[in-house]
Amino acid sequence: MARYDLTLPLTDEMVNMLRAGDEVTLTGEIYTGRDAAHKRLIALLEKNEPLPIDLKGQTLYYVGPAPASPGHAVGSAGPTTSYRMDAYTPQLLKLGLKGMIGKGRRNEKVQAAMQEYGAVYFGAVGGAAALIARCIEKSEVVAYPDLGPEAIHRFTIRQFPVLVLMDAQGGNLYESGPALYKKEIL
Amino acid sequence: MREISALQVTEKIKELCLKANYDIGADVEKAVQQAMETEPSPAGRSVLCQLCENYKIAREERVAICQDTGMAVFFIDVGQEVHFIGGDFEEAVQEGVRKAYAEGYLRKSVVADPLFDRKNTGDNTPSILHIRLVPGDQVHILMTAKGFGSENMSAVKMLVPADGEQGVLDFIVETARKAGPNPCPPMVIGVGIGGTLEQAALLAKRMTARAIGSHHPDPRYAALEEKALCAVNRLGIGPAGIGGETTALAVNIASHPTHIAGMPVAINICCHAARHAEGIL
Repeated sequence: MARYDLTLPLTDEMVNMLRAGDEVTLTGEIYTGRDAAHKRLIALLEKNEPLPIDLKGQTLYYVGPAPASPGHAVGSAGPTTSYRMDAYTPQLLKLGLKGMIGKGRRNEKVQAAMQEYGAVYFGAVGGAAALIARCIEKSEVVAYPDLGPEAIHRFTIRQFPVLVLMDAQGGNLYESGPALYKKEIL
Repeated sequence: MREISALQVTEKIKELCLKANYDIGADVEKAVQQAMETEPSPAGRSVLCQLCENYKIAREERVAICQDTGMAVFFIDVGQEVHFIGGDFEEAVQEGVRKAYAEGYLRKSVVADPLFDRKNTGDNTPSILHIRLVPGDQVHILMTAKGFGSENMSAVKMLVPADGEQGVLDFIVETARKAGPNPCPPMVIGVGIGGTLEQAALLAKRMTARAIGSHHPDPRYAALEEKALCAVNRLGIGPAGIGGETTALAVNIASHPTHIAGMPVAINICCHAARHAEGIL
């Protein structure tokens, strides 16, 4: 397992290089999006209407941040569970989404689309939300402000720590990691 | 009759919501620290270390431990000698939640309609209230901030008497296995056995807030708690689900009399940010 400090946006070279279990820090700009924003994005795609943001080459962080208190760019901002976005994700990968940050398992369709279009699924530590927020230097709402915490934000992040959970070759840390420690139940 | 004003209720509720969301309980923090010493996975230990650092930042800077500051769930035991004055009791509770989540920079995570509109109410109300009438002239309040990453991994099953202890054990282990990395392990597993469908679920919720290291008073259930905890920790899921032996911090069981034909079992999963606070008025 390797360690990398990467500057966004992700390139195809980076995507192809990363393997499940790699420790990575990300620096640059990412978008946020979770349940309600995904639903709206896909509704637009189905009507052949333009999206409010261009996702090509971008990285999407599944998060609904807490409000920022004075002196902070953002409130606590850890990942939400990703499987709820699975129904929408293959269409966004087809559009050129290269990276996702979340927590928890993805379904087979997402894994297949990640391999087909070339994308990486990163994990941030769920619940370490105050610690993670320290890596977010700037936050602005770029779409759907009416959704409150579910609005699409653009975050400027610096050395944001993640693990590669699933890579573009089919590697999956949620399978390989627990396999090392699984014991027979007596 | 002892009089308690709606304003006092609101202030106490606000205080408990803030405490629960900023200041993790000593039992949880200690359990995570202890797991750092026993967890064999280096990546798992790193996750546990980040959780401890996160608890510290949240407490010192008074920021939310997790961005999912939860649906506020209250267990309120009202002494029957108490007379509330100056306003509606339930509204006083909601006002406390409203103030805490607005003034404390906590996320508002409640939608008014679950199926169709799903419009955010904007103030994290309504909260969920479980009120009991008890003897005495005090009001005991237990607040839990229940995040939904773990709530979504919970389950209820109507077991039958013949399923026995093994049936309960299998259901707990299977629920944890299916949950995998999703509920932010290491988790606290609340289990309610007996009663009716809703009573079992209510007990399970209450058990997510029982102190880690405490046990069911009946040694048979206490032994089952230990057995279930050992079994869950053999699943390999580990901290953050990336592999390890610290999958759960506790399995807390509550039991209740039930019908001759049934054995309802509810399992309420809570994440490592097992946030709750108690207070008395």
